[in-house]
Amino acid sequence: MKLTSLTLAVAMFGGAAVAAEVGPREVQFNEDGGVEASLSGMPGDPAKGAVVMATKSMGNCVACHAVTALSDTPFHGEVGPELDGAGDRWDEAALRGLLVNPKMMFEGTVMPAFYVIDGFTRPGDAYTGKAAQGDLDPLLSAQDIEDVVAFLMTLK
Amino acid sequence: MKYKAITAIAALLALPMSAQAGPDDDKLVINGEIEMVTKTAAPAHLQDAMDEVMSGWHFRSDETQAMEADDFDNPGMVFVEKALGAWETAEGSEGKSCADCHGAVEDMAGVKATYPKWNEEAGGVRTLQMQMNACRTERMGAEAWKYDAGAAIEMEAMLSSVSRGMPVNVAIDGPAQATWEKGKELYYTRTGQLDLSCASCHEENYGNMIRADHLSQGQINGFPTYRLKNAKLNGVHSRFKGCIRDTRAETYSPGSDEFVALELYVTSRGNGLSVEGPSVRN
Ligand code: HEC
Ligand code: HEC
Ligand code: HEC
Repeated sequence: MKLTSLTLAVAMFGGAAVAAEVGPREVQFNEDGGVEASLSGMPGDPAKGAVVMATKSMGNCVACHAVTALSDTPFHGEVGPELDGAGDRWDEAALRGLLVNPKMMFEGTVMPAFYVIDGFTRPGDAYTGKAAQGDLDPLLSAQDIEDVVAFLMTLK
Repeated sequence: MKYKAITAIAALLALPMSAQAGPDDDKLVINGEIEMVTKTAAPAHLQDAMDEVMSGWHFRSDETQAMEADDFDNPGMVFVEKALGAWETAEGSEGKSCADCHGAVEDMAGVKATYPKWNEEAGGVRTLQMQMNACRTERMGAEAWKYDAGAAIEMEAMLSSVSRGMPVNVAIDGPAQATWEKGKELYYTRTGQLDLSCASCHEENYGNMIRADHLSQGQINGFPTYRLKNAKLNGVHSRFKGCIRDTRAETYSPGSDEFVALELYVTSRGNGLSVEGPSVRN
């Protein structure tokens, strides 16, 4: 029935309009492991995304990936592929999904899941070596992820 | 989008970079006389995973490598000298020194290469430090040394130094097998919020840079290691602890059953490499 899908669509857009955040346990993946909707309900800021990627205590993406656009930051790793051109190879939903949980696309990958808080073995309290207390925080916030996606989309 | 095809492209892109890096082909001869085996065929139990095992020495800079080639340049040897004093010093209620029972330190050549080792009387696998402490508490009437700290790590470095050049050869079958299997499981278990196992970094990615670090195979034939980073001798368990902590996981403690098992397993991955401790690392 048409009415149902209309109601659904309204509900979705309604959610986005009040910028409701999608929590780590609520993320919906499409069949390719991508995530269509913004996690924060807001657009991303590519300049902030660049900072998240280069900062050790945040995304620390350069620990594993070389990115020419971030060459001001020293020491890029080579555990993962170079990210130059990532915005050509992937669309926004795919990049978002990849950041939330890359294991949906790359089975067994060593790339961490930046927006997952369950299912880990002996999770610690950040880098203290001590056991985590209560729920984990995701490695990156919803808005951090949107910012990184926005930055990756500029890598064409 | 066709993610499969893109995976293939991404994999291709990664190749040229990893080809530039990797271990070097230098040769290590200590004091111009001890020829070290720093690369050799992987032991049989590891041949599904890799063809060749390599000392962490190959992954360090030329300057760091050079420090290990001469005992006068190796800062770890100062601690070996210290331990020589302890070897000859009587301690505990029995008034005995290690030397009283074991003779010259040189007579211990070859011992380090076989540890961790099954001990029948104790009914378990003992690391070298556990064995030393058993001598202290059961035969000398002295207090156990703290695991991986001061005196224990110095004595381990000394016992290692007299075995340098001998091939690592720990037994993994017989009564030690169950412990070895447990260590193997720990090695391949992904831990922490980063969800990485030892193998994620030291088996799948050795030779690659991870930020400023050149990933080695995480071998322990060179332990104890003198690290330039903290300017002291570092024990195997302390190193394990640091690596697990870096996966954002809850670690185990030095001397724990888990680390004893992991030490046996990781040592066995280097069977055939020369005993190299005290080595120099960054
Ligand atoms: C521990 C290493 C590691 C870290 C940290 C890491 N990645 Fe990755 N990443 C990988 C690996 C390895 C792959 C390749 C996928 C595979 O086959 O396992 C990959 C794949 C990717 C891809 C797809 C490859 C392509 O075609 O360009 C993107 C995009 C990406 N990562 C982005 C990021 C971002 C952004 C961050 C930081 C928020 C990050 N990665 C952090 C290891 C890492
Ligand atoms: C009273 C005599 C005695 C003293 C003192 C003594 N040990 Fe021992 N040690 C033994 C005996 C006997 C064995 C072999 C039996 C066993 O496995 O416990 C042994 C075994 C060892 C081994 C293992 C040798 C092998 O081949 O597996 C090491 C290493 C060792 N001792 C180190 C030390 C150190 C270091 C000290 C001084 C802190 C020390 N011992 C003091 C009697 C002694
Ligand atoms: C996130 C990647 C990572 C993981 C996971 C990891 N390590 Fe490491 N490890 C490193 C880095 C980086 C170094 C320093 C450079 C080198 O030697 O590889 C290192 C060094 C070592 C060394 C010192 C090697 C030497 O020659 O002195 C050992 C031993 C080691 N790791 C063992 C382990 C074990 C055992 C585990 C699993 C419990 C583990 N590592 C997990 C990154 C990692």
